[in-house]
Amino acid sequence: MTNETVIKTDKLTKRFGDFIATNEITFEVYAGEIFGFLGANGAGKTTAMKMLCGLSTPSSGNATIAGFDIYKQTEEIKKNIGYMSQKFSLYEDLTVLENIQFFGGIYGLTDKQLKAKSNQLIETLGMQNEAKKLVASLPLGWKQKLAFSVAILHEPKIVFLDEPTGGVDPIVRRQFWDLIYSAADRGITIFVTTHYMDEAEYCNRVSMMVDGVIKALDTPDNLKKQFSASSMDDVFFELARGAKRKAD
Amino acid sequence: MADVELHNIVKTYNKGKVKAVNDVSFSVNEGELFGLIGADGAGKTSIFRILTTLLLPDSGNASVSGFDVIKDYKNIRSSVGYMPGKFSLYQDLSVEENLNFFASVFNTSVKENYDLIKDIYVQIEPFKDRRAGKLSGGMKQKLALCCALIHRPKVLFLDEPTTGVDTVSRKEFWEMLKRLKQQGITILVSTPYMDEATLCERIALIQNGKILSIDTPDEIVKQFPENLFAVKANDMSKLLNDLRKNNEIKTCNAFGEFHHITFQNDNENSHNELIHILQKANHQNIELKHITPSIEDCFIKLMN
Repeated sequence: MTNETVIKTDKLTKRFGDFIATNEITFEVYAGEIFGFLGANGAGKTTAMKMLCGLSTPSSGNATIAGFDIYKQTEEIKKNIGYMSQKFSLYEDLTVLENIQFFGGIYGLTDKQLKAKSNQLIETLGMQNEAKKLVASLPLGWKQKLAFSVAILHEPKIVFLDEPTGGVDPIVRRQFWDLIYSAADRGITIFVTTHYMDEAEYCNRVSMMVDGVIKALDTPDNLKKQFSASSMDDVFFELARGAKRKAD
Repeated sequence: MADVELHNIVKTYNKGKVKAVNDVSFSVNEGELFGLIGADGAGKTSIFRILTTLLLPDSGNASVSGFDVIKDYKNIRSSVGYMPGKFSLYQDLSVEENLNFFASVFNTSVKENYDLIKDIYVQIEPFKDRRAGKLSGGMKQKLALCCALIHRPKVLFLDEPTTGVDTVSRKEFWEMLKRLKQQGITILVSTPYMDEATLCERIALIQNGKILSIDTPDEIVKQFPENLFAVKANDMSKLLNDLRKNNEIKTCNAFGEFHHITFQNDNENSHNELIHILQKANHQNIELKHITPSIEDCFIKLMN
């Protein structure tokens, strides 16, 4: 982790009519940091993430992502980030290798780079026997690990992970975090949401969103001290139980 | 008496290539809150669909409230409540219309059983004219539970009701289940969240279509065969790597604030030795303590 800022927002806001989904959020994320972006359902996480990925134009406020402006340079932002959600993983009807080549191609890797990257990735994941199998035939845990690796194939500055470990078994969940750590060690910034509070402990810093506002932001240790809580689960409960909004 | 019984149930897909449910047997007692705990792809949904007569098993037999899932499927369909993992109400009908529809299908009325759903329904009542498709996740979940309860079922099947739901809403949902249990309803619920296991009276841990263990959460924890320790230090990432490289450490898993470990040779010497080695490797603020395993510890142990 360094002091180089890769995400910087200033009063970033998104309104839908009268409804303020994300209300003047201001924060910074540093290069190589594992940043946990937590909040109750309906707190405004997804809306905020869409803006940060250059997919949704803010109503007001400013932000730069990997040094690019969130209003004017959305295409540059998209080239410099990776994104993975629980729902969309990969093309089920393509093989493991085809998926790697497809996404690598989209991100502009050359044939030569692609070949080297594919081999390296398949070896790291231990998927030599699965390389030519359809993604549909893989267990969910493998799909998620592959999806993460594909999301960082182009060595982006930042990777956004939206509930990457939902529904996977406890061993795969830990293997997945091993991948996250090693990506962070290589300098890739990890921006992650999760409903598993033990995973909040693996983050360098955690923000807690409630009703469109960032209510708290600090290291897990400091948050526990601040709220006199014994676990991140208690911190979350303390903050989110006062929420007025209940949505997705 | 058992309200739900499964004997050697097998279900395969793709002409036998995928064994989704592999010789599963268990029973749920009348009025019991029973949890099926496992990851996606463990076979939980197949079991629910067999018990609710939506899927035929390849072999084995099963019954619900004494009715056979094959021969007496009509009796089962009219007497159980089922909340599938995927939202399955009519998106184009309003909250109120959905509820009335399901009540009329089961030859009853909302009024007749209102006491059973009242606590839950009042929370979504302000939105009773809204189309179900326009509801938030938490509200959909509550409406689906109301619809599954509206005919006062004897047995309630809930397939992953809390998946993707934040921890506050999850706690609320389990409070609702406890109240339903008090009304004498037998509940079979599945979840991928290991921490919810302790809220059930008995649980079955399931992985790759096989039951790993069935018992009360306390008993499963007692059966953990080794002494488990929690260890932490300032640099948790380095600590994890160092512990994994250490031959004296038998198992090591990250568990939030701590790493959980077991020793090859478990005695006071080995504990002191470990602290000594970690100090030599420049770890700071080392803490090592004996702990009671969680269900997740047990699950990982049983998977290996």
